[in-house]
Amino acid sequence: MSTLTKQDPFQLLLESAPSSFAPIRSQAKEVYLGLGLPALKEEEYKFTPITKKLDGKIKDFSPAAPIAISKDVIQSAVFEGFEGDILVFSNGKFLPELSSQPEGLRITALSEMESTPLGSIAKPEKDTFSALNLSSFADGIFIGVPKKQQVAKPVLLLSFNQAHSGQVIQPRVWIEVGDFSEVTFIDQSISLTEDSYFVNKVVEIKGGQNSHVNYYRLQNESTNAIEVSNIQTDIFQDSRFTSVNLSLSGDMVRNNLTLNLLGSNSEGNMYGVYLLNGKTHVDNHTNVDHTLPHAESNELYKGILADQSRGVFNGKIFVRQDAQKTNAFQQNNNILLSEDAIVNTKPQLEIWADDVKCSHGCTVGQLDEEALFYLKARGIDKTTATGLLLYAFAGEVLEKIEEESFRSYAISLIQDRLGSKF
Amino acid sequence: MLSIKNLHAAVEGTPILRGINLEIKAGEVHAIMGPNGSGKSTLASVLAGREEYEVTEGEVIFQGKDLLEMAPEVRAREGVFLAFQYPVEIPGVSSTNFLRTALNQVREYRGQEPLDAVKFLTLMKEKMKLVEIDQKLLSRSLNEGFSGGEKKRNEIFQMAMLEPVLSILDETDSGLDIDALRIVSNGVNKLKSDKTATIVVTHYQRLLEYIVPDYVHVLYKGRIVKSGTKDLALELEEKGYDWIKEEVDSATAV
Repeated sequence: MSTLTKQDPFQLLLESAPSSFAPIRSQAKEVYLGLGLPALKEEEYKFTPITKKLDGKIKDFSPAAPIAISKDVIQSAVFEGFEGDILVFSNGKFLPELSSQPEGLRITALSEMESTPLGSIAKPEKDTFSALNLSSFADGIFIGVPKKQQVAKPVLLLSFNQAHSGQVIQPRVWIEVGDFSEVTFIDQSISLTEDSYFVNKVVEIKGGQNSHVNYYRLQNESTNAIEVSNIQTDIFQDSRFTSVNLSLSGDMVRNNLTLNLLGSNSEGNMYGVYLLNGKTHVDNHTNVDHTLPHAESNELYKGILADQSRGVFNGKIFVRQDAQKTNAFQQNNNILLSEDAIVNTKPQLEIWADDVKCSHGCTVGQLDEEALFYLKARGIDKTTATGLLLYAFAGEVLEKIEEESFRSYAISLIQDRLGSKF
Repeated sequence: MLSIKNLHAAVEGTPILRGINLEIKAGEVHAIMGPNGSGKSTLASVLAGREEYEVTEGEVIFQGKDLLEMAPEVRAREGVFLAFQYPVEIPGVSSTNFLRTALNQVREYRGQEPLDAVKFLTLMKEKMKLVEIDQKLLSRSLNEGFSGGEKKRNEIFQMAMLEPVLSILDETDSGLDIDALRIVSNGVNKLKSDKTATIVVTHYQRLLEYIVPDYVHVLYKGRIVKSGTKDLALELEEKGYDWIKEEVDSATAV
């Protein structure tokens, strides 16, 4: 947008950058200023006019100050059945006094961990918002899981987001999981009001050899929230990383999820459900990079879109020449419940190795009328029957959630949204 | 129990049923036979409330109520059951969940308490014996990967669970081997009572050796052109449908 490109709207944000990580920040700033905000028809943001959206909705491009969070608010925000440690964030700022200390984990503010190679996984030149975050984030956290540590209970990253006049929230997380360690994160964002704000989030994850990391994410924010997130992961030999992303609400949400399989015999799984109504716009851009042989990636995203909602899926699979014996599977299925809902789905495969198994498929359709009639003919009312069918559609993804309490919660959330409990 | 008067129905503007008249009383079994394309399955679908069929004329009264006014789910709750010719595979919906949801909605409509999990399972086990259906099948997604025979057995199992007043079996026999046919028929026969009625839609007489009808009707070009006892079915088995077609076609030509 002209007003945005002439003078950078994030000027205030860039100026507010603290002095930590100064060399990294100044490099990132240069990258950001060079890239600028995505132009209207820019390929990577073709179906998600984020610049226009920011221009229209964000009135104050300065950083949003953390808001006070009470213990009661936290308690009521934690989903039923959850047992584990909770790390609390307010507008991106980590609140250690309200968080628990997961046993065996190292949790430190990034400002105290200046040697962390921020931006080495989520490289600023790959995405302008990633560069913006790196140049101007206030502070973030470092989560370290030592070697051979089986973290028995999940770690809940509970983010409260609230801004009065559409300010900017820039969370930044660095997660390092040692060799042979196992850990599950649940990343949940909560809006306390229906106000608008812009979240520009970056999470970098490094999974050591033979590590097992689950990263579950629940996006159920204010219908006025704009969000861009870059969650980028490097995993090494014999390791496994599984992401499950559930998007239920927001104004415009763009998720860049990148998985670099940097070791042989590594496994990367990317799953997602987007269940959208109103005018919510959710764009999942995934990217999996196979660099060495015998690695496997599985990807399944399912979308249910009602009203005037819009879904975008772009799945990039990159198989490098050395990555022989790669198995890479990708699928994106969508059900449109209204004539005004739109989905743009695009697989993008680039395969340089010659001995690989890759498949991809995408579908966009309506609810199966024959199945609906079958259920009704057994006495089930239309709402319940529709709910049963839609839940069955989405359920395949929810089953991928290994952590039981979160799976139950996700199921109940989705069933509530689909208007039926059974 | 069921009174069909001058029923006309069309699909996408093409008339299929052209004036069906049929009276069915409690305790009776009626077979509807006829050559392919005569409207047998359409009749079954119209009674169950399939939306693509448009009723253009006539009425259907079921237990004193206007059946055609009811949504498909209301018909089911009132006691109409259609055993589908092609039961639908629904991945992700477990047979047990589906049946419990259905049964409890039907029970609620009939003013009965919903069944809790334990009572439901007890009832399920009891009814499973009727159609000799394996529990393993029911722990899977609804009809998913079932063989033809298993699907049909599952239809009759659902019928046993929902205890309908009027059961409509739409070509339940087609594609079944003798063993499966015997099992399905036994199930249907055990569910019959003097308070229920059954409509058996079939192309072949074979099924009627197992489910013995009180009346046999021959449907041709959307009308019932001949009615009789089970002997009529035997005659059709022996002579085929051509003689009936000729009879009707020459009568209309005159």
